[in-house]
Amino acid sequence: MLKNYLKIAIKVLLRRKFFTLISLFGISFTLVVLMLVSALLDHAFGPLPPEVRTDRTLGIYTVRMLLTNNFERTGPAPYWFLDRYVRTLATPERVSLYSTQRSVAAYVAGEKHSLFLKRTDGEFWNILDFQFLEGGPFTAADEREANFVAVINQATAELFFKGQPAVGRTIAVDGQRFRVAGVVPNVPIFRVTSFADVWVPLSTAKSNGYLRESTGSFLALLLARHPGDLPKIKEELQTTLARVEFPDAREYSRVITAAETLFESVARGLFGSDRDARNYAGYLLGLLLGLAVLFMLLPAINLINLNVSRILERASEIGVRKAFGASSGTLVGQFVVENVLLTLIGGAIGFVASLFLLNALTGSGLIQYAHFQMNYRIFLYGLAAALFFGLFSGVYPAWKMSRLHPVDALRGQSL
Amino acid sequence: MIQLEEVEKVYRTDKIETLALSRCNLQVREGEFIAVMGPSGSGKSTLLNLIGLLDEPTKGRIMLNGSAIASFRDKQLARLRNEYIGFIFQSFHLINDLSVVDNVEIPLLYRRMSNGERRRLALAALERVGLTSRVHHFPSQLSGGQQQRVAIARAIVGKPKVLLADEPTGNLDSHMGDEIMSILFDLNRNENTTVVMVTHDPRLGEMAGRIVRLFDGRQVN
Repeated sequence: MLKNYLKIAIKVLLRRKFFTLISLFGISFTLVVLMLVSALLDHAFGPLPPEVRTDRTLGIYTVRMLLTNNFERTGPAPYWFLDRYVRTLATPERVSLYSTQRSVAAYVAGEKHSLFLKRTDGEFWNILDFQFLEGGPFTAADEREANFVAVINQATAELFFKGQPAVGRTIAVDGQRFRVAGVVPNVPIFRVTSFADVWVPLSTAKSNGYLRESTGSFLALLLARHPGDLPKIKEELQTTLARVEFPDAREYSRVITAAETLFESVARGLFGSDRDARNYAGYLLGLLLGLAVLFMLLPAINLINLNVSRILERASEIGVRKAFGASSGTLVGQFVVENVLLTLIGGAIGFVASLFLLNALTGSGLIQYAHFQMNYRIFLYGLAAALFFGLFSGVYPAWKMSRLHPVDALRGQSL
Repeated sequence: MIQLEEVEKVYRTDKIETLALSRCNLQVREGEFIAVMGPSGSGKSTLLNLIGLLDEPTKGRIMLNGSAIASFRDKQLARLRNEYIGFIFQSFHLINDLSVVDNVEIPLLYRRMSNGERRRLALAALERVGLTSRVHHFPSQLSGGQQQRVAIARAIVGKPKVLLADEPTGNLDSHMGDEIMSILFDLNRNENTTVVMVTHDPRLGEMAGRIVRLFDGRQVN
């Protein structure tokens, strides 16, 4: 029976090539967009080397400093705040302070190149899981003693040393000279925490003014002992914030921030009010899921419309099948098989197209150091949703048509 | 085997009611060849649809082997149509997307049997109507007479007790019509298949064992 259903399904799909193409395009396009968006989100928020301990890592990405004149400053934290109130938290196993990456100039054979430089402490290398291609990280001692050492990524090593060993050699970046301590794989630009071309100790900054500046460009990374400690870290930070003493109390009145994941930080930025450190990740997740469902509803409605017209055309066939013993349930089954087949073909096209596009996007270099991969879990969810909509869009018109009186159906009448 | 008692069929639309069949009493016995005759609109096809369990009477009752079909549900009616009845339509009603043999297999799809058995029976039915050379053709590649022979093969493949033919030769020339009739008579005589056939053609009517005449929805004989 299934063979007969499949035969007729293929025939029907081939008979109305244009409608079939539109349906297939709808299904595969939806899946491709879902795959691209989820790959981008995965790239920004998912566990990806060197940020593999996402289940027990939090960060401090932005702080809101409320000023006594009712204004506020929002952005990366000043160093003194992180050093005095975050580095001293008792619950985390490790805390690292690091700067935002800054675009700096480097000259190679007289040619100017733009590189991203990030200043970090020694703990940075203990929390993140960089796989060193050469050498190793700089240490807390290097940072304490302001040693001019650097970790560089593969692209920078290639730029300076053209495939030759880099460790022990010197690079000139931003007007300073650093001895290369290690080389790590390229980190995609989406990774706020770990991305850079060159990492150097905080203390090698051209001046130590950052230690006292009331505004700053620093972030913190906190590693919990266990995933279960994350809420305790969040709570401890909030308790600590209540007793922050400002170097200049005439200017600042309060600091608002939270120990959070990057996803939570983005969600708070989107949904949170000015004076709020609550967790809005659920809202952002809801928004993303809602958009995904809405996005998938469009091809589903399109499929329903196409299916209704496709099935209405087949009143006579329905009449014949009923006359020869098909029950309403059997007919619904037949149309469901047809729709599942259509959806699976669309899914296969979507799969191949997604693989191709993700590879093309990786190869294009459009997003620096990005290496997009297929998220099979999301693809399966997408395919399951497409199948659900495929079934739904086939069952409804099939059910309506199966209720058609066989005599009317044989006359070719529709509902 | 099939009995209609005081059967009435009214078609209703929003504005009008049409009495298609009025107080019809008919007994179809096993092995009979009945011709249903009458002018257009006299209720012939309605009667055939009622006998074939494709339609339900507005009044009266239809009995099949002693059971009233009004009590049957969709699934039971589907099974009865599948096992007891074979339909032959004036306009063939073949599925153009399926090959000849796939069309003939349709009634067997709704029975439990292997693909091989299904194919064997379909080929045997096609042999019975002399179409073994066309099994993989599609309906659009056949003449009208050949298409009707495929329709007969489809109707007999499940070995039904009753064949219901609604003007089976109506769309064919006389030569092809005679071919189809000879197959029907042969099935009736040699395989004891009951045939109820709607026809306009008095010549074919004379050849049947019994004629049921209808006029304006009423039996006139």
